[in-house]
This record gives sequence, C-alpha cells and structure tokens, in this order.
Amino acid sequence: MENNKLIDLQHITKSYDGEMILDDLSLYIRENEFLTLLGPSGCGKTTTLRIIGGFEKPDKGKVIFDGKDITNLAPNERQLNTVFQKYALFTNMTIADNIAFGLKIKGKSKSYINDKIKYALKLVNLQGYENRMPDSLSGGQQQRIAIARAIVNEPKVLLLDEPLGALDLKMRQDMQYELKRLKNELGITFIYVTHDQEEALTMSDTIMVMNKGYIQQIGTPEKIYNEPENAFVADFIGESNIIPATMIEDKLVEILGAKWQCVDEGFGKNKPVDVVIRPEDIDLVEPDKGIIKGRVTSLIFKGVHYEMEVEANGFEWLVHSTDLSPVGAEVGIYVNPFDIQIMNRPESDDEKAVSELEKED
Amino acid sequence: MAKRFFMKLYVALVVIFLYAPIAVLIVLSFNASKSRAKWGGFTTDWYTRLFSNAGIMDAFKNTIIIALISAVVATILGTAASIGMNRMKRLPKTVMLGITNIPMLNADIVTGISLMLLFIAFKIGLGFKAVLISHITFNIPYVILSVMPKLRQTSRARYEAALDLGAKPAYAFFKVVLPDIMPGVISGFILAFTMSIDDFIITYFTRGTQVDTLSTKIYSEVRKGIKPEMYALSTLLFVTVLVLLVIVNRRNAYLEEKQKKKI
Amino acid sequence: MKNRNKMPLLAAPYGVWSVAFIVIPLIMILYYGFTSKADGSFTFENIALIAKSDNLKALGLSVVLSLISTVICLLIAYPLALILKALKFKGSSFLIMIIILPMWMNSLLRTIAWQNILENTGILNNILTFFGLPKAHIINTNKAIIIGMVYDFLPFMILPINNVIQKIDDDVINAARDLGANYFQTIIRVILPLSLPGVISGITMVFVPALTTFVISTILGGSKILLIGNVIEQYFQYIYNWNAGSGLSLVLMVFIFISMALVNKYDKEDEVSAAF
Repeated sequence: MENNKLIDLQHITKSYDGEMILDDLSLYIRENEFLTLLGPSGCGKTTTLRIIGGFEKPDKGKVIFDGKDITNLAPNERQLNTVFQKYALFTNMTIADNIAFGLKIKGKSKSYINDKIKYALKLVNLQGYENRMPDSLSGGQQQRIAIARAIVNEPKVLLLDEPLGALDLKMRQDMQYELKRLKNELGITFIYVTHDQEEALTMSDTIMVMNKGYIQQIGTPEKIYNEPENAFVADFIGESNIIPATMIEDKLVEILGAKWQCVDEGFGKNKPVDVVIRPEDIDLVEPDKGIIKGRVTSLIFKGVHYEMEVEANGFEWLVHSTDLSPVGAEVGIYVNPFDIQIMNRPESDDEKAVSELEKED
Repeated sequence: MAKRFFMKLYVALVVIFLYAPIAVLIVLSFNASKSRAKWGGFTTDWYTRLFSNAGIMDAFKNTIIIALISAVVATILGTAASIGMNRMKRLPKTVMLGITNIPMLNADIVTGISLMLLFIAFKIGLGFKAVLISHITFNIPYVILSVMPKLRQTSRARYEAALDLGAKPAYAFFKVVLPDIMPGVISGFILAFTMSIDDFIITYFTRGTQVDTLSTKIYSEVRKGIKPEMYALSTLLFVTVLVLLVIVNRRNAYLEEKQKKKI
Repeated sequence: MKNRNKMPLLAAPYGVWSVAFIVIPLIMILYYGFTSKADGSFTFENIALIAKSDNLKALGLSVVLSLISTVICLLIAYPLALILKALKFKGSSFLIMIIILPMWMNSLLRTIAWQNILENTGILNNILTFFGLPKAHIINTNKAIIIGMVYDFLPFMILPINNVIQKIDDDVINAARDLGANYFQTIIRVILPLSLPGVISGITMVFVPALTTFVISTILGGSKILLIGNVIEQYFQYIYNWNAGSGLSLVLMVFIFISMALVNKYDKEDEVSAAF
C-alpha cells in the first residue's frame, strides 16, 4: 500500500487574506487512480488541485510526488499537467501549435512532435484540426484540445479543474464517457475537480467530498452514496431524507415517534442521531402495512420514476417510485432496515462545517 | 520575497519619474525668487498675486470655458453618433469609424494646421470660435471611443423588452439604454475635458492673436521666463484634481465594502 | 422596424461635422501642399522641399529621436505591465489613475520643469555633485529631447499595453508554465504574442506625437536643435509660407499613415478604445 502512493499531501494549510481555505488537509493518491474532489464552490477543492499543480504554495504542509518533496517546485518543473476550467488555449496559435507547445519547450524532434500531434488528435477524435485556430472550435472541441495538449507530454498525473463545467448537458455526458475511455487507454492517474455529484459518481474510482476546507468523506462512489458518513455528504450526494432521530438501542431507532428496525450498532442507548433514507429506498404500501401513515401531497412524473411528497408525522418525505400513488391517497411508509443509514450528530469542529450547509443553500 | 521587493521598487521608480517634474513645479510655486534657477526662500505670495494677474486669470477663464463647452458639445454629438453608428450597416459604420480615428491617430500639428487653413480659407477667421470648433472636433472621437464599447455590451433585448412592455422608443432609450451606457458617457466627457485643458498644439494654430489659453500663454513665456503665478495656478489645479480623485476612490472603495457586507 | 431604420440618423450631425472639420481640412492641406505660393498652379516643389539638406536633417533627427524614445517607452512600460499583473495589485486601477494624473498638470509646464532638473546647475547635477560624481551635460542636447519625449508620452505606452496584459487569462499563463515553459519562455511565446495589439497601439501613440513635436525640442533642445515639427511650425508661424508647410506636413503624413495601417491591421476596434 505504502509504495504506490503517487501523490501525498501532508498537513496542507492555506488561507487567503486571513480566510482559511484548507485546514490541515492530508490526502494521498494512488497510481492509476481516478480521484474526484467533490464539493460546493468555495470548499477548497480547486485550491487543493492548484497546490498539486504548483500554481499556489501552501502556507504549511508538504506535497510529496513519487517520493520526492515538490512543495517548492514551479509548475514547469513538475511531472504533471493540468486541464483548465475554461480551457486556457493559446488563442494566438493553431491547434497543432497548442498541442506541440510542451514538446517544443522540451526540444523534441519535429517528426516526434508531428507524430504526437496526430496521435493526440486521434485520441480526442479531432483528426484534421491541426491548422484551425482555437476560436473557431466549439466549447467541447476546445476542451478536447486542452486535454490533448496536456496528455502529449505523457504526464504521470492529469489534473482536471471542472473541465466540463462550461459545456451543455448532452456534451457533458458524452465527454464523461470520453474521459473515462481516455483514462483507461492512457493508464495514468486523474485528479478531477467538480461540484457535480453525478459526474463524480459516474467517473471516479475514489471520491473525496469536501466542505469548508475539510474532508468530509473519502471512499468509492458506492460507499459515498450508500453509506454517507454525515448529513453534509448525504445531502450533497443525491437526494435524501435527513431526519433527526434517537437511537434507542442497537438495531432500533425512533424516527418521528415511531420505532424502526435498522442494522447499525454501537451508538449507545437513547443517543440523538441523524438518519438518512434515500427517496428510492422508501416503499409506499397499504396504510396499515407501513411503519407510519401519511398522505401524498404532490406527484411529479420524472421520466424513469415518479417523484412524490408524502406528509407523515409532521415530515415531508421525498419518495421515488415507479409505482404511482395519486395526490391525496393515504399510504403507509415502509423502509427496509438495511436502507436506514444512521449518522452521528455533528459535535467536532469539522463536523460543524456540515451543519452550516443548510444556511448556504 | 526579494522578487516582490524589486517589482515594487520598479513600480515606485516609474512613479517617481512621472512625478519628479510635478514636485519641482510645486516647489517653484513657493519660491520667493522670481528666477527659476535659484531658491530664494519660502513664500505664498504667488498664490495671492495670482488672482490679480489679469493675463493669467483671463487665460485660465478661456481654458475652462473652452474645455467645458467643447466637452459638453462633444459628449452630446458623440453619444448620439455612437448610438446611430451602432445601428448602421457595416460599410457606413466602418467609414465613419475610420474618419473618427483620424484626429486620434493623426499628429496634432497636422490637425492644427489643417483646421487653420480651413478657418482662413472659409473666412471663419482664427480666434475663440475657431479654437472652440477645433476642440469639439478632436474631443468627439474620445467620446465615441468611450461610449461605443458600452453600447456593444448592452443587450438589444433589454431595449426591445421595454418596447414590448409598451414603452415609446424615446422613453425606452432614456429609461433603459442611457443608464446602461452612462459610465461610458461620463468617462467620455471627463476624457474630452482633460484633452481640451491639456491641448496646446491645435489651440496654438487656431487661436489667431487675441485668444490665450494657459498652454499658449505658457509657450509664449518659455523664452522670457515663466511667471511664478503660473506655477501657483497649476499647483492649485493639480491639487484639486488629486483631492477629487482621492474622494472618488474612497467612495468607490466604501461602496464596494458596503456591497460586500450585504452579500 | 421603423424605429430601427431611424436610429442611424442620430449619427447625422456628427457625420456633417466630421466632413466639415476632419475631411475638408485634410483636403485643404493636400491642396496647399500641391500648389505654388506664387501663382496657385499645381507643383511638386513644396514636397520637394524635404530634400533640402536642413529639412532632411531635421526629418532624419526626428525619426531617430522618436524611434529611440519609443523603444525606451516600450522597455519601461512592458515590464511595468508584467509586474502589475504579477503583483496582482488590488488597486491596479488606482495605479493607472496615478499614471494618468500627471496629465492634469499642464504638459508644457511639466516639460519646463525638466529644464530645472537637467540644467547645468540643475537638480540632477546638484545630486551628482553631492555624491562626488562628474556633472552631466544634458540640457540643449538630443538626450534632453529624448528624456522629454519619453516623459511626455510614456503614459500612452503604459495604458494600452497594461490593458491587454491585464486582460490575459491567468490560467493561460498557468497553462504555459504547466506545459513546461519557464517564466521567460512564457513571456516570449505566449504573453508577447497575445499582447501585440496593445504594443502596436502603444508604439503608434508614442511614435507619432514624438515624431511631430516642436514643443519638446523648443523647451529642452534650446534653439540649436531643429526637428521636422519646428521646421513646419516656422513655415506657418514665422515665414507665412503655408504651401511649403503643407507640403512638408504631407511628407510627415506618410509616416502617420504607415502607423495607422499598422494599427488597423493589428487592432480590433475594442483595443484602441479600451486603451483609454
């Protein structure tokens, strides 16, 4: 494990004008991993990426790359390349010159450079664009050129700063597959910054959820989605019902005045907690067969499923289901014990960052 | 950070270079000796005598009147022209912008001479009127170049929305378009005023023999020696502008701060 | 639809004005330049005056001094703009104000102040003497004129260059660094080409007034040094030969047209206007 840490951030602290952006952040990235830094704007994800890229110096802490301390190296001395948010193509150069930029600096031969340009353009599906100017390309095309320009330098790590943020939905979805394909073909490490949880869930091997300069949770997409560690993660990743509750004893929780079976243990007795229930995990059953009773207050058709709101015991439950219950219908709410996720209430400092989320949105 | 220090030092040196002569002039305005060459002790005499020096006060009055009238007329003509040109077809627009560039890029001496020849040939004569027309002429392009970019930024959709909601074109213009381009109009006016006050060459060729502005008066005194009252006047002008600038800057900073707190 | 067609009429007053006071005056110069003072007949003799050795010398000197001044302005202004960008100085608009502010002190007076600084018994020599250094003889030489030109026109170089450089996206510079370019390579390969429009408009805004000035040479060059501007001024104000003066002005305009053509080639409309 220890020997395939490619990048190791140790106790990184960074503030601007007295405002803390990153507070004692430590993180490592394994070789060939697709890591996504996910969080709302201002959470410190871009600053983390810029520190790795060398565009910002941390106030405290170290950046270790491949076993060497690169904290004080300039960006041009680092073996990694960046794909910038707004592409940052050189508008005074042709596409070919843009792609050749890094190679020319390194003094590669003409034939080598030409081969590389051809290869890179093929890789991003833009053959024949050598002599076009960046301004004549669409946003998606410019983004692919920005990626081509970075990867011809054969970096060990590619840093991507919200690369799809400026594209429309369809283009974004296409590019997600494109990036995933590129990652597999090149076999290099990707560090990807985004605020779009769907993008993160689709592409990543590992997701790091950040808020207010603190890491909230690191894990696989499945783990992050199914077992959020706190209310922030639960709320940020997908839609969810977050309800204050009391853990009565192991495997039994009281939610909105009713007792529910669950699978979590070790929270102690009569401890206040938060529970997360995903909307698609709620079953609407006949009124008597549920754990509590409620009434459907709204119904929207969403394509793959219906989205319903159910008023029950003073809480608006968000429910996703392929079965329709009309507005006004009386229903019972049932949740499989396995789908009830119990979380500690925020106590410590970095957990407090979490509860402030609600005010922000 | 030694690098940052040298960067700041460089900026400071440029600023010193730009302000050294101004410092000299301010010092001269307090020099009791009439000669530029030696220091005769501190005095504020030139400031009091300034107001009884009819020649200088006259030139000052002319300078301000010409600057004010020419800037106002140029702002009106230039703003109207910008709005008109903005809706023109490509070719006439290009031609008009090309003509507008001439006084900006042409040498002042050529502009001055050409106007002088015109005024004499068409019997308009040299003097106050000629100077005023000339200043309006070289001021309009500055107004146009301040207003045009602002016009390009304003969306036509907003003007059309106003029409759609029942506004008459004139009303829509004054309520929607004009507020949008106002910053450009104001900076065009200030620019025109500044250019007019600082002009020497064009005034020099079109003034004839009776009219003096501060610039032409100074030029006529170069050989025989500048009257110290002139240093006093220019110091007063400079300090006035400086104070205005600081106030405006403070106010902007204050407003920004306030805005930030709101968010 | 009706309204849209009426809009261009707003430009009509200025259209008339610009024909009367911009176009026709230029035609006047053409007319005077190509006619003889004696009988009003068509002639090239006014243009040919430039070949007279004194005039040619004045033109040559003007070209040389204004080129040197332009280069010096460029060498001062470009690093300044780069530094302002690198410092990410918050009040950079305030700094630009500081650079424009001197224009509010009459430019003739500011040039005269340079007499005080550069004179043989002036401030500069006092400082040199104080440090035990030999005196510098600058006033009434070409050096004084160059200093005057650089001083007077430097803001016109700083403003357009600073404007384009501040507009360059930081991430474009970061991208160059990221791809392996050091700071110097980044300037040469990326920043310089991107800032070319500003550089060109700065060059013309310094070169044209420097080439045609007669004020700076009168104040700082004494009576010995004649620039082409002085020659033209004399024809108009003292010799009263407008035909000769117009002929020489036409020669000057060749240089001005070259500058204008350069600007048009490199500048998009926005850039010139943004310079102010």
